[in-house]
Amino acid sequence: MALLEIRNLSVAIPTPEGDVHAVRSVSLEIERGEIHGVIGESGCGKTMTGMAALGLVPKGARIAADRFHFDGEDLRENAGRLRGRRIGMISQDPAAALNPVLSIARQMDDVLRAHRDMPRQARRAEAVALLAATGLPDPERVLKSYPHQLSGGMQQRVVIAQALATGADFLIADEPTTALDVSVGAQVLALLRKLVVERGLTVLMITHDMDVIAEACDRATVLYAGLSVETGPVGNVLQQTGHPYARALLAALPDAAPHGAKLAAIEGSIPPPRSEINGCAFAPRCPQAMPVCAMQVVPERALAAHRWLCHLPEGSA
Amino acid sequence: MNRLVQRLGWPGTIALGVVLVIVLVAVFAPWVAPYPQQGVGAPNVAAKLSSPSAQYWLGTDHLGRDMLSRIIYGTRVSLTNGVLIVTFSLLIGLPVGLAAGYFGGWIDEALMRGTDIFLAFPALLLAVLMAAALGPGFLNSIIAVSVTWWPWYARLARSEVLVLRGQPYVEAARLAGVSHARIIARHILPATARPLTVQAALDVGPALLTAAALSFLGLGVLPPTADWGQMVDAGRKFFPARWWYSAMPGLAIFIVALAFSVLGDALRDRKGGASRGAA
Repeated sequence: MALLEIRNLSVAIPTPEGDVHAVRSVSLEIERGEIHGVIGESGCGKTMTGMAALGLVPKGARIAADRFHFDGEDLRENAGRLRGRRIGMISQDPAAALNPVLSIARQMDDVLRAHRDMPRQARRAEAVALLAATGLPDPERVLKSYPHQLSGGMQQRVVIAQALATGADFLIADEPTTALDVSVGAQVLALLRKLVVERGLTVLMITHDMDVIAEACDRATVLYAGLSVETGPVGNVLQQTGHPYARALLAALPDAAPHGAKLAAIEGSIPPPRSEINGCAFAPRCPQAMPVCAMQVVPERALAAHRWLCHLPEGSA
Repeated sequence: MNRLVQRLGWPGTIALGVVLVIVLVAVFAPWVAPYPQQGVGAPNVAAKLSSPSAQYWLGTDHLGRDMLSRIIYGTRVSLTNGVLIVTFSLLIGLPVGLAAGYFGGWIDEALMRGTDIFLAFPALLLAVLMAAALGPGFLNSIIAVSVTWWPWYARLARSEVLVLRGQPYVEAARLAGVSHARIIARHILPATARPLTVQAALDVGPALLTAAALSFLGLGVLPPTADWGQMVDAGRKFFPARWWYSAMPGLAIFIVALAFSVLGDALRDRKGGASRGAA
């Protein structure tokens, strides 16, 4: 059984102008010990999906799903209890996630104290061990430091160590490398991979960067307008891409264009979040759209574990 | 000194000097007052209602006590009044504002609507009603004024907490399972403490002015303890013939209130903004 099972999750946020469909229909299956990438552009619902799993949707938001379970427990009821115990979170900006006026020792100890029944000295030793596990070279010195004395990469390692301190075995990483420069970001991704292998962690990696998917993830799910439109092993998603939107995303990578050529962009914009969608959400922007696309419910295509939604038959790309 | 003038301006610097002198006078009253015995209330009937002279700089009252000594001892009551009122107000207002701002929802609604009830009354009227109900006396008058004072601190604390609560590191701590009590103690309280103590320091002047108003109405400190408001009241019977009896303590109230007010304005206006804390 998958660790995280989401089937047809929707999150609607009521506003005076009508419901905002932040997530329309997302299905995700995340197996133990994998890094599962969730990719999409701004407003596609990737962060909201993560927040729903943490039980942190905005007040009044309505969550519906055919299945929304973590390790067999229904997240609609238990998210608050699982959050901070089994489900941890790594945010985009590590500098903001640490209180600037408290030492790292304080902030690590607060988390350890909340989760481990250990005497002070043992907590201190545990904090050192956790910081060392995230590859920080001089954990004793880091403990005595304040956040501003650490680089962005070091701060993100501290945040990861804090997440480990909770004892969580599932981490939701919301664009963990966005605030870091590329080489440091690659190190943080390598660290997450190492923790998955060594500690049996499972990671949900939210990103808008195809490179992060290619570099760090085992499987990936592509979101568009609050819908999961394609999912499968990273190799399949990147190379035998099924959904035209995912293909367009890949084509838009700067690396994909010949040197000096104009970069590809996807024409148009995502459907407004308040609108209803009939047929395929991507149809208005799709270069291969057919009349049927805008009208009929999109069928699911599948090749083994690789599945996507499209009216185009398999292999027609 | 130059830097102080630069930050507070001349009026602010002078006001700060006046406040410091008043505090020193209050602390060292027995050594500063020319007639310490009369300052604490010993009568000196032979010299009653003397006009200001070399012997009694500010004249004497109807029991012959040296006005200067009485006023000097009065600084103790006034400053204690001011400090205790803001302290009590903080002790009530801070927890109320913290809880309202941090937990939000119905707790916020309940606490802040309760706070609004106190704010709905004119402050002085409420204080007078409270003092009349409790009866005169040092502690009772302080409680009476504090009752009208704390809602402002509750509001200020709440607004500070609302900003802090949205900080990513507070959310991160909650996500990491840190308890509410610990988050409040670690992340919220220290950050709200500073703007609140600044506000409290600035409020000492207005608070002691209100307390003086109560004792003028006979609802404050009881004789023979020297108190400015009460002295102004006692002197009214002899006004204007023995004008110094009311005028001198009145002048003292005026100077102290003005000094605190000017200092408060200077601190608020100084470069860098008031939110960064006290000078």
